[in-house]
Parts: sequence; C-alpha cells; structure tokens
Amino acid sequence: MLNYIIKRILWMIPLLIGISLISFLIMHLAPGDITNNEGAFNPKTSAESRQKLRELYNLDKPVIVQYSLWLKRMVKLDFGNSFQTHRKPVFWGTTDKEGNYTPGMIQESIGKTLIINILGLIVTLMLAIPLGVIAARKYGQWQDKSITLFNFVGFSIPSFWLILLLMYWVGVINNWFPISGWQSLNYESLSTWEQIKDRFAHLFLPVMVPSITGLAGITLFVKNGMLDVLYQDYITTARSKGLSEHKVVYTHALRNALLPLITIVGLSIPGLIGGSVIAESIFAINGMGKLFFDAVTARDFPVVMGILTIGSALTLIGNLVADIAYAWADPRVRRGVMQQ
Amino acid sequence: MKIPAFLNITKLERNAKAYICCFFVAVGLSACGDSTKSLTSEELNKLNKAYPTEDGGTMISAMIGEPSSLIYMIAGEAPSSAISANIFNTLLKYNKDLDLTGELVENWKISNDQKTITFKLKPNLKWADGKPLTTADVLWTWKAVTDDKNGSPYASDYQLVKSAEAPDPLTFRVTYNEPFAPAMDSWAGLQILPKHLLEGQDLHTTSFTHKPVGSSFYKLDSWTAGQNIQLSRNSTSVLGPANIDKLVSRIIPDNSAQFLELMADNIDSMGLDPTQFSRIVPARPKLNQTLNLYKELGSGYTYLGFNLKRKPFDEVRVRKAINYAIDKQEIIDGVYLGLGINIASPYKPGTRWSNPDLKNYAYDPEKAKALLKEAGFVINNDGILVRDGKPLSFEILTNQNKEREKSAVLIQRRLKAIGIQVTIRPLEWASFISNFIKKGDFDVVILGWGLGLDPDQFNIWHSSEQGGDKFNFIGYSNPKVDRLLVQGRMELNPDKRQAIYHAFAKELLEDSPIVYLSAGYGLSAIHKRVKGIVDPIPPAGVGYESEKWFIPSPLRRNEIVN
Repeated sequence: MLNYIIKRILWMIPLLIGISLISFLIMHLAPGDITNNEGAFNPKTSAESRQKLRELYNLDKPVIVQYSLWLKRMVKLDFGNSFQTHRKPVFWGTTDKEGNYTPGMIQESIGKTLIINILGLIVTLMLAIPLGVIAARKYGQWQDKSITLFNFVGFSIPSFWLILLLMYWVGVINNWFPISGWQSLNYESLSTWEQIKDRFAHLFLPVMVPSITGLAGITLFVKNGMLDVLYQDYITTARSKGLSEHKVVYTHALRNALLPLITIVGLSIPGLIGGSVIAESIFAINGMGKLFFDAVTARDFPVVMGILTIGSALTLIGNLVADIAYAWADPRVRRGVMQQ
Repeated sequence: MKIPAFLNITKLERNAKAYICCFFVAVGLSACGDSTKSLTSEELNKLNKAYPTEDGGTMISAMIGEPSSLIYMIAGEAPSSAISANIFNTLLKYNKDLDLTGELVENWKISNDQKTITFKLKPNLKWADGKPLTTADVLWTWKAVTDDKNGSPYASDYQLVKSAEAPDPLTFRVTYNEPFAPAMDSWAGLQILPKHLLEGQDLHTTSFTHKPVGSSFYKLDSWTAGQNIQLSRNSTSVLGPANIDKLVSRIIPDNSAQFLELMADNIDSMGLDPTQFSRIVPARPKLNQTLNLYKELGSGYTYLGFNLKRKPFDEVRVRKAINYAIDKQEIIDGVYLGLGINIASPYKPGTRWSNPDLKNYAYDPEKAKALLKEAGFVINNDGILVRDGKPLSFEILTNQNKEREKSAVLIQRRLKAIGIQVTIRPLEWASFISNFIKKGDFDVVILGWGLGLDPDQFNIWHSSEQGGDKFNFIGYSNPKVDRLLVQGRMELNPDKRQAIYHAFAKELLEDSPIVYLSAGYGLSAIHKRVKGIVDPIPPAGVGYESEKWFIPSPLRRNEIVN
C-alpha cells in the first residue's frame, strides 16, 4: 500500500509539469498580453512605454523560454509576481527590507472562497439529504413532486437574477442583511462577538444562493439512492423487527444510500477553491473567481498560472485521496491495488 | 448515528404543509416593508433645508475597480487617479471654466521663445508628515516619471523636457527643445511625490503604493484589499482643510449591486447607467426625493472608424455616403436613451477647442445614394450596391460593449436600407486589439476615445503615428491635418491655438475618416445629504471643488462609528 502511494505521488511530478506546460502554451495562444488591456488604450500612453513593459516581463522572448523561467521559479515554490498589480506576489506574502509586509494575491482571496464554498457545501448537504429522503419516502406523491419542482426551479433560475432579487428583498425592502461586501466598514472596531455576527450576516446570501441553486443534483442523488435501498430485503427485515420508522430510514437505509455521495463530495474538493465570477462581482467579494477572471482578461500570466497550478495539484491530490479511500472501503479495490 | 432533532423525518413530513404556508405568508408580509415608501413632508423639509457649512461626516461612494497602486503615474488607471487625486497635488490645475491656474505654484512664466517654463511654488508647503514640500520633490518626481526603469505609461510628454532644474526651493524650471503646448496640461497631471520617502525605492513594489503620504486634502486611513479604501482629512493640507471628514470608497464591481446599495442608503454616490438615470430613479418616489442626479458631458465620444487603407474606404465619397446614411440621433435616443449629444469635432462641446460652427452629417439616405452612384455603385437585382461585380459589404468590429453593439445593429439596418450589407462581430478586448487593430485587419470598427483636456491629438491623427502599437490605426494621412497638428503642439497662446484646432476639426469633418456617433453624458447620483455641490454644474464637472462639500450633522448616518 505504502509503495503504491509513493509511486502515485512520484507520478504526480511529471503530470504536473505536463499540465503546466499545456496550460502555459494555451494561455499564450490567446491573443494579446498585459499591454493590450482596455486601460492602456489611451492616447496619452506611448508605444515605447508598452514595449518597455513587454521587455520588463520577458514577454518579448519565445514562449518556451518564458516557460522555463517560470518553471525555474516554481521549483522553489515561488509563484512569481503579478504584472497587473505592479509585482504584487502571486501566492505568498513577502516582507521587504524595511519590514513592510505585502500579502499575496491568492492568499488574500483563497480564504474567502474556501469559507463560502465549504459553508455552501454543508448547507447544500443539510438541505439535500432530508429533501432527498422525503422525496424517496413519498415517491410520486405531492411532497415528492413539489420537491422536484422546487429543485428544478432553483436549478433553472439564473443565479445572478436570484441574487439581485434576494438582495433587494433582504437588503433594500427589509433591512435584514447587508447587500454586498465581505465585512462592514467599521469591522475593525467591533468586538469579537459583533465581528462574528457581522461576518455571518455578510455570508448569508453568498452561501445560501449557490446552495439553493445547486440543490437539485444532490437531492436527486439521495432520492435515487434511497429508492434503491428502501425496497431491499434488509429494510423489510428491520421493519418487521418492529424498529421505528425513523430508525429504519436514518440508521439502516440512509447510511447505505449515502455511500456514493461521499465520493461526490470527495471529488468536489478541488472545486472548493474555485469561485463564481458573477456571484463574487455582485457580492463585491474579492474571491478566487474574480481574481482568475480579472487575471485572464488582463493577461496577467503569473496569476493565471498560479491558480491553474494550485487547481491541478489539488485535483491530482483529490484523485489520489479518493482512490485511497476507495481501497480502504472496498476490499476488491484493495486487492487490485496490491497486485500492481 | 445520533440523529439531530430537526432531521426527524416523520415530524418534518407531518408539518411540511404548515411550514410551506408560513414561508409564503412571511415572504408576502415582508414584501410590504416601508423602506421604499416616499418620505414624509417633515423628513423632506429636513433634507432640503439650507444648512450652514460645517466640518465632519463621512461620505461613502462606490467604485467599480480597485487601484493597483496609488502612485498614479505608474498605475495609470482610472481607479488609481480617483483616489490619488485626493491625496496628492499637482503644480497646476483647471479652474471652474477649464482654464489653467496654479495649485502648488503661485505663478508661472513662459519665456519669449516659448521653450522655457518657470514655476514659482507657494511658500511653506508641507507634506502630511510635516516635512517641507519643495521644488526638490518636483524635480525628483519628474526624474522618476521619465526614468525608463520605472516604465510610467505617461512618460512620453515629460521626456520631451530637455532640462529641468530646481535652482532654489521655490523655483522649478523646465526647458523644451522646441515649444510644446501640451506641456501645460502635462504639469496639471503630474502628481508630486515626496522625495524623502521614495528616494532609492522601486516605485512599483514600495509599500508607499499602498501607504502613500501626500500633501492634498486627504490622507489614507485604511485600505482593505478588494473591499474599501478609507481616507480622512489631512490637517496640514496645502490648500486648506476640506469639510467632509472621511471619504470611503467601496469597491463594488457590479453596477446593479451598487444601485441596490444606493437604494438601501448604504452609499452616497455612484455612477449611473442611462436606464437607472432616466427610468428607475424617476419612477421611485423615495429615490427621487433623496438623490440629486447629475449629467455632464464627458470628454469622450463613440465613433465608427474606417480602415482607410482598404477599398472602398480610401474614397472620401464612400465615407461621406456612409456618414449620411447613419442616423446619429436614432443611436443617441435608442441606445443612450437620449443621454448623449451629436458632435462634429473630437472635442467636448462647450469648451474652447470645440468649433461651434461645425455641424455633423445629417441623416440623408438620398444624398448617400447619390454619392454612391457617383462613385460608380449600382443596385443589383438583390437590392445590393455593386461596383465592378463586387458588392459593397463590410464587417463592423467592436468590443463587447452593450452600447456599441446596439449602435452597430442600428447602423446595420440603416445601411441595409440603401443597399450596403453589413455584418457585426463583437470581440473580446485583448484579441480585438492584438489580432485586428494592431494588424490593420478590419473594415470598420466602432470604438471610443476618452480624451484629456488638452486639444493635442497628434497621437491619433498624425500620419507618422501608424503601425504597431500606435493609435492612428485607421491609417489616416492628410498633409494639411499633419501640419495643423504640429502647429498646434508648438503654439502656447490659447487663442491662436484655438484657431488651429478649429481648422483641424473642420478638415477632419470634411474628410470623414470617422463617423462621429455620439458623445455620451457621464451620469451620477449623489445623496442630498451632501451639500455645497456647485450648481449648475460648471464646465469642470460635478466634482469641482469637492473639498467644499459638507454633510450637515442632522443628516449624517448614525450607524458609522468614527
């Protein structure tokens, strides 16, 4: 088993290099560079200054040379500095000679996106599991139909529209929640308890809306899993033993029905660092989606590469973890692994 | 597995109907909240009363983008200038009527040969940290901006200075190789930086970019990345103190979210789009009562530009025919909801550089048809104009900009009516510029120019400014215009300069290398709690002398704790 894991980890190195090379090439296939953004299209700026900027960032060199420069830095886990924000570090913060700390761009964004996505996943599961169970238990009845309808309405509604509507309702008509932003303007001067309340108030809509619109898939998964399980013999046995309905459904049926769900949740781990650019723009939260979108629009190559590298590394790690978990859970898979 | 009580399935099912009912009743009830109702007459009186000027208060505005740095000459982007203009001073500034006057300088003298400008600084200027502000700082800033190592996008104007010197702490002298009229405007744009804090540092990465020390009305209080930038009054401001105590700029990238914040009275000012300005605000009593709306002409305009290197756009008759065939008023009314004006020169109407005698090409399809006939085009059986077997058809390229795409559709329809086939292709900005504009690979584009206050447009129209990264990408070449542009650059007398640019605009209109589509209004809303805004809007704009704005204490928000 240990050999297998080591082998898999070693295999990740050439894979990562390959992925990064392809990403780098594709990124450079897209026309334009940092000097072509809309702000630079200003008659007060000169062609010479743009050429100088290109030279400064080695953009005048062949792509493969630029890639090797990037790779050389990456070996030392140095994600480089952004073009767009005047050499702000891409990932980790740096401290200069005078002791001034400059936070990294991904560092500033990743926490917000992670919090929103993890909370969102939890809320989705907390809603989807009971809804799926109810839909399966009342299969074909009005409860099932209304849950399916609700899910598909949520699934079909464009999220930006729903977000704006909810913002209007909870923020403008009723002063229940803040409309946008990550924290209040006076956040720093609040007490710890008020800071927590403030943070949760600001998180309410950004977490709720994607959870509701993303409910459909997981609810259906739970419902189908339950339908498969509920009519099996061991459930009938459990019922005939005289167990309460509650215990039958939750202790015996649900645990089996949820097994495939664990795989889905596992595979969604790399997705946790990806944010939606539309939602982040509307909520005025500077997360990973907006960071990536702006970097692509501005052709800020180091930032784009930084996010892609982290994303691909997480995907590879997620796959490995999923495989190992499978091997741990399923003896057949485990035996196959050992023979390798 | 222990099951939490709220997941008790049987109970949930039994009560499901009741829960759902409750939910909808709650939704229905809460929709009748009162924060959208109109104000009582008492509240209205309080808001509209005349108040004496007073200090203090916080003004919160929204901005779309975040500055990358507060050293504007390096950052070069609009969000940076919006913030840094409150922190730093320039040597000269524009007054209410857009004439130049001194900001840091008391007076300035132009030598007889028009090549040397001598600035005299006001005495006893100070940085916010108490250190004196002298011409050594000015000289250092000039050096920093022109230093290739710093790569300022605006370096070119300042690099024309042959020599700059600061013979004493109050005198700053620059000498040009030949008279350079845009120089005056350039000295109204250069924000002076403190030498004592920046010497020897990398202007891109120094912590000063996020913790600047300036000399103007405000200083930086805090900057929460991606969220907000807070400024507070600088007590040693060289131009005297401002009234409003704190300026907060919230970064909200989405315009609709900004508008909701405005409706909820969480922000005091924002830029509006035409729909919000002319439909949404007037339809809502409360917004109407609490907001002042402003519209002012920007110095930009939208145009349709021909690739003059391609047939048949090298013929002035064809260009004029297309110009006559486009209904500009229809675009202004349809796309900009009437919030734009028809222009006939590349200058902001109402300023001295705009030639008031010129009229843009009127919508006249008959004239267009006649001109095309003259040029040898005939209508074929399909109703398409053809010459030498080739149909008159072209592609309009534009970037992904709602207004420009809509304008293109209206133009397409008008041109189809006289037999010209047009296709439209909106493109992502970077690929538009690098694959089409730079390579000269386009027929017709719809784009816009945002211009400064100086009339010099050498970079856009001079025949030498073609190819590569340069801005005369339509390939315009007219010896008369070239001559006028060079003359205008060398003439420092405003009246003589005005005559030159009037002649230039006339020639340009006659030649029709571009079709002026419209100059849109800049639209903004400011809450009525902000008093002291110059009314009516002076030529210099709504923001003119914003340091004199004030917020009377009865009208201040109470939830912001200072």
